[in-house]
Amino acid sequence: MYEGVVQDLIDELGRLPGVGPKGAQRIAFYLLAADPTDVRRLADVLVLVKDKVRFCATCGNVAEEEHCRICRDPRRDPAVLCVVEEPKDVVAIERTREYRGRYHVLGGAISPIDGIGPDDLRVRELMTRLADGAVRELILATDPNLEGEATATYLARLVKPMGLRVTRLASGLPVGGDLEYADEVTLGRAFEGRRLLDA
Amino acid sequence: MKLARLSLTDFRSYAHVELALDSGVSVLVGPNGQGKTNLVEAIWYVATLSSHRVATEAPLIRTGASRAVVRTVVDREGRDMLVELELVPGGSNRARVNRAPLPRPREVLGLLRTVLFAPEDIALVKGDPAERRRFLDELLVARAPRLAGVRSDYDRVLRQRSALLRSAGSLARGARGGQRGRTSGGAERGELPTLDVWDAHLARAGAELLAARLELVEALRPLVAKAYDAVSAGAGDARLDYRSSAAAAAQPLPGDRAGLTQLLLNAMEAARPAELERGVSLVGPHRDELVLSLGTLPARGYASHGEAWSFALALRLAAYDLLSADDSTSAAGTPVLLLDDVFAELDTGRRERLATLVAPAEQVLVTAAVAADVPEQLRGARYAVAAGSVRRTG
Ligand SMILES: Nc1ncnc2c1ncn2[C@@H]1O[C@H](COP(=O)(O)OP(=O)(O)OP(=O)(O)O)[C@@H](O)[C@H]1O
Ligand SMILES: [Mg+2]
Ligand SMILES: [Zn+2]
Repeated sequence: MYEGVVQDLIDELGRLPGVGPKGAQRIAFYLLAADPTDVRRLADVLVLVKDKVRFCATCGNVAEEEHCRICRDPRRDPAVLCVVEEPKDVVAIERTREYRGRYHVLGGAISPIDGIGPDDLRVRELMTRLADGAVRELILATDPNLEGEATATYLARLVKPMGLRVTRLASGLPVGGDLEYADEVTLGRAFEGRRLLDA
Repeated sequence: MKLARLSLTDFRSYAHVELALDSGVSVLVGPNGQGKTNLVEAIWYVATLSSHRVATEAPLIRTGASRAVVRTVVDREGRDMLVELELVPGGSNRARVNRAPLPRPREVLGLLRTVLFAPEDIALVKGDPAERRRFLDELLVARAPRLAGVRSDYDRVLRQRSALLRSAGSLARGARGGQRGRTSGGAERGELPTLDVWDAHLARAGAELLAARLELVEALRPLVAKAYDAVSAGAGDARLDYRSSAAAAAQPLPGDRAGLTQLLLNAMEAARPAELERGVSLVGPHRDELVLSLGTLPARGYASHGEAWSFALALRLAAYDLLSADDSTSAAGTPVLLLDDVFAELDTGRRERLATLVAPAEQVLVTAAVAADVPEQLRGARYAVAAGSVRRTG
């Protein structure tokens, strides 16, 4: 245990995803030794990101205004909607430059072990978006792992009565992994070769 | 196939040990607790990425050390292959083949094939159904390493589905007990449809595993009968039957994957009230049983100690026959036989017959606390195991 504020810092860092107790200690001592202006800049960005950035009211992607850049762009095709787990997946798909439709970010995948069910995801918001019939194709681009597949199956069954075209990215993505780890070419190809999903 | 070298660093009781092995029989002798089984366990680990004694890896790392390294040189058809594994408890293990790192340690499976006879094998006959399911699944993976993925997918679906059953079940019970509220109503409406989704995934993964097990049991059936006959000197009629938790005892199982998927789905639907009540998954390969019988009686609960041992040996011998037959098509050579301390458990007749059956194998490693327990037929290189070191003595 360290004294007061140093220990507080280690505790806070240790709460971040992917940072264990040892990592937290290393980062803390790095910050203690770092140039004060660098640390100040980091602190400012942390505060700013919480103040300025929020989630898009339509799609759930990160946004600096009420709606994100993609939702505000009139050139994006409103008839195609791509469902992803996290905002970082939007970034990965945008990198491929293959996709010109819009997105819906769920905020995760169904995982009973972690206590996450459909009610904990932005599923109701998705159903609301689909209600007016403007979307003709729904692309389910959840991660190619068990939880992502289960989420895709669940959504496919849920929207089945609406009669729209439901597709899933083609196989060829590294199985068991995250969408964001797929390279542009592979992901682009998976988009091209997407297949109809029958629930 | 031959295991030419074994080198251990900080594995179990060994700080460091190197062992060169020849084809044919090698006998490792040493008093209790000197590290004979530890050597066998290391070889088994290279073949299966698991221990036959413990479920976690921590006990495999020498006390005080932070990681263990197991290196083997496997000779397949005259070509040497260096397989290296690094075990890090609670971290991720690493594997290299001919110095090239593998993306996933799982890819080591299938490179070294072994069949292990151990004193614990009596549990194959006398123990819980889980022991027999493990026997089948280990053999499946040894024959087709791809099935390790099927197995772990199934386990993962099962864990997710069981977690959902637990929460949905406890909410439903809470609602009945008078705790009204928004959440319990939500669970009734919201979680049952997701349960359908997990049913579908469980049925799909389960059918794949089930189909593989059924095919394996078919292949084993004549081999087990033959091996039991040989070990017991014609004293009985050993039978295998696979009983699925998704079907009534006498009901024949569908022969194709689609039929098995449907069978599992139907059984889950029928079991749903009980599953919700108890919060566990009651249907699927994880609840199936491999029934062993002698004549018309089930071996479990009826077989004598000697009969149970004969049956356990017959299962291992059948596994060896099956893997050897596969190998003759893939030309990798027959599996390495490991006999850990089994002769001490057997009477003279069974000892001699087992020795005669295994003596012709390409490579056999035998351990014994007392040299006199090893039958005459198993002559070969001798090693003395004492206090974390191994020395060739003859
Ligand atoms: N992680 C570990 N670190 C250090 N020592 C260990 C570790 N695990 C086991 N041992 C020691 O290894 C010894 C057991 O070795 P092993 O099981 O190979 O014995 P054995 O020669 O097969 O004996 P037996 O004839 O009784 O079967 C025990 O003395 C035990 O304390
Ligand atoms: Mg032993
Ligand atoms: Zn948006």
